Amino acid sequence: MKLIFRPYSKTSFGLSLGLTIFYLSCFVIIPLSSLVFKSANLGWSGLLEVFSEDRIQKALILSFGAGGVAAIINLFVGFLFAWVLVRYDFPGKRILDSLVDLPFTLPTAVAGIALTTIYSPKGWIGQFFEPLGIKIAYTPAGIVIALVFIGFPFVVRTVQPILEELPKELEESAFCLGASRFQTFTKVILPELIPSLLTGTSMAFARGIGEYGSVVFISGNLPGKTEILPLLIVTKLEQYEYAKATGIALLMLVLSFTIMLAINFFQNRASRRLG
Amino acid sequence: MKTKSKFLRSLAIFLLSSVAAFSVYADDVLLNVSFDPTRELYEDVNKHFIDSWKKKTGKGLTIQQSHGGSGKQARAVIDGLEADVVTLALAYDIDSIVNNSGAISKEWEKEFPHHSVPYYSTIVFLVRKGNPKAIKDWDDIVKPGIGVITPNPKTSGGARWNYLAAWGFAKKKYGTEAKATEFVKALYKNTSVLDTGARGSTTTFVQRGIGDVLLAWENEAELAISESKKANGGNSQLEVVYPSASILAETPVAVVEKVTAKKGTTELAKAYLNFLYTKEGQEIVAKHFFRPNDAAVLKANASKFPKINLFDVRSIEGSWAAAHKKHFADGGLFDSIYGEAKK
Repeated sequence: MKLIFRPYSKTSFGLSLGLTIFYLSCFVIIPLSSLVFKSANLGWSGLLEVFSEDRIQKALILSFGAGGVAAIINLFVGFLFAWVLVRYDFPGKRILDSLVDLPFTLPTAVAGIALTTIYSPKGWIGQFFEPLGIKIAYTPAGIVIALVFIGFPFVVRTVQPILEELPKELEESAFCLGASRFQTFTKVILPELIPSLLTGTSMAFARGIGEYGSVVFISGNLPGKTEILPLLIVTKLEQYEYAKATGIALLMLVLSFTIMLAINFFQNRASRRLG
Repeated sequence: MKTKSKFLRSLAIFLLSSVAAFSVYADDVLLNVSFDPTRELYEDVNKHFIDSWKKKTGKGLTIQQSHGGSGKQARAVIDGLEADVVTLALAYDIDSIVNNSGAISKEWEKEFPHHSVPYYSTIVFLVRKGNPKAIKDWDDIVKPGIGVITPNPKTSGGARWNYLAAWGFAKKKYGTEAKATEFVKALYKNTSVLDTGARGSTTTFVQRGIGDVLLAWENEAELAISESKKANGGNSQLEVVYPSASILAETPVAVVEKVTAKKGTTELAKAYLNFLYTKEGQEIVAKHFFRPNDAAVLKANASKFPKINLFDVRSIEGSWAAAHKKHFADGGLFDSIYGEAKK
């Protein structure tokens, strides 16, 4: 067989696809399918029993609820950040820009410990809320704060490049045609950004559901109140209940995957409409 | 000329380092898989054991330590971590290794003296300076309005000892299981944070200033006090309170025979664990605030270890397996406590 160098062709499609699938199998498909096999030990009735446990349902609502609230906060805050970073010039902009990535690089446990220290009743910020009767650390509010922290770079980093490449002419022509600033924003700029905003928010959401490191410190871990799903998995493992642990993991996998699929679907529709 | 000498130098360094690497390799290597609060203890034990081993056999020895939550450590061994010995927080964790992997003999409790427990500890109260809430005994911490800090028994070995200490106290004092159940329910109603491990709880209590009383290992409490002294110029912000009775928290050891047979370290591993029972070993144990099993050493350190009524798991629940099944397994008493406490 002769190998001919043809730039930008599909000559080695077979090889590239093979390698891609091999890697995907080793790191994603096989590990995740082992989840299915391990929890298969339980059988349907066992799985149903796990899912109908009161604690698991409460943790499920908490994990997805807190993840959802945090994702929505991130949507607004992240958008504002991206807007400021793209549209304005000011001293220290570069530093601010690199600070955004910090939650990506920082070990989440560090973030969890730092947030707990600050928001606990004796902490810098927590002490001002304590007299008002508002508790942040060791309540669902603390969980939301941790999830906002770890999720917000996703929105900034997906919206920023799109905003940067938005042609100036679009806004100029809108202005020439007599659109107000508000109309330009809602009718011209925002539709362009919706797919990336959706992606960023859904990634922040997905990350939030599975987040363990930062949350276990600030949540207080009270069963039925502030206990998150990933902690329940650890709890089951600690009791050598391997099948039950993987059962919960499987539940999370299916739910996350369904949500991601749904979001992808909406995102595709939104970008198609843009044409 | 210069390049040549540079070359020779790097060659020499390479040879030396490979010899060094080889000699390390030639040493026997022992891996001790243990739980969190024993980190400082085994650093000390290992130093002494390596010396005595060298004196006895003339051979060098490297001992590696691994620390973490007791249950997590046991799981690592089950999943294939090549530990020569395990020194864990509860017998239940060693039993789990026996049942899930067969790497340890079923008869492990008979291998060494005192049910293979070279040292033990107990659960005490850590309170703030001056004991502002006047906490003297278990009855005081279940009163409404007292903030109790303890880790989650589902994830922490130490927390299971805390729970069983409270349960055992109530069962002995009030006689019935129903009363004891009420007692632990009241206790967990007073908790606002359940950390995943003992160290985490200590941090919550000491650093974050949450709660009025921390249920802690005796050695963990002593460690927190000495840290507090260091931070506040010799004045501790914390005090230890010894309740009228507490649990005999047995921390067992075992040789992982499946691994040592393969590596040929069985004798060494046995000698290592036996060292813990020697006078020297027991003194190191006492130095790190674990209670030694040797009566003479315990007596010599009487000022460190106030007398306290201790009851063991066997006397309240028969065995660890039974205690686990009744209290901590899914659907057990602990689950039902939270099922009702939160309403």
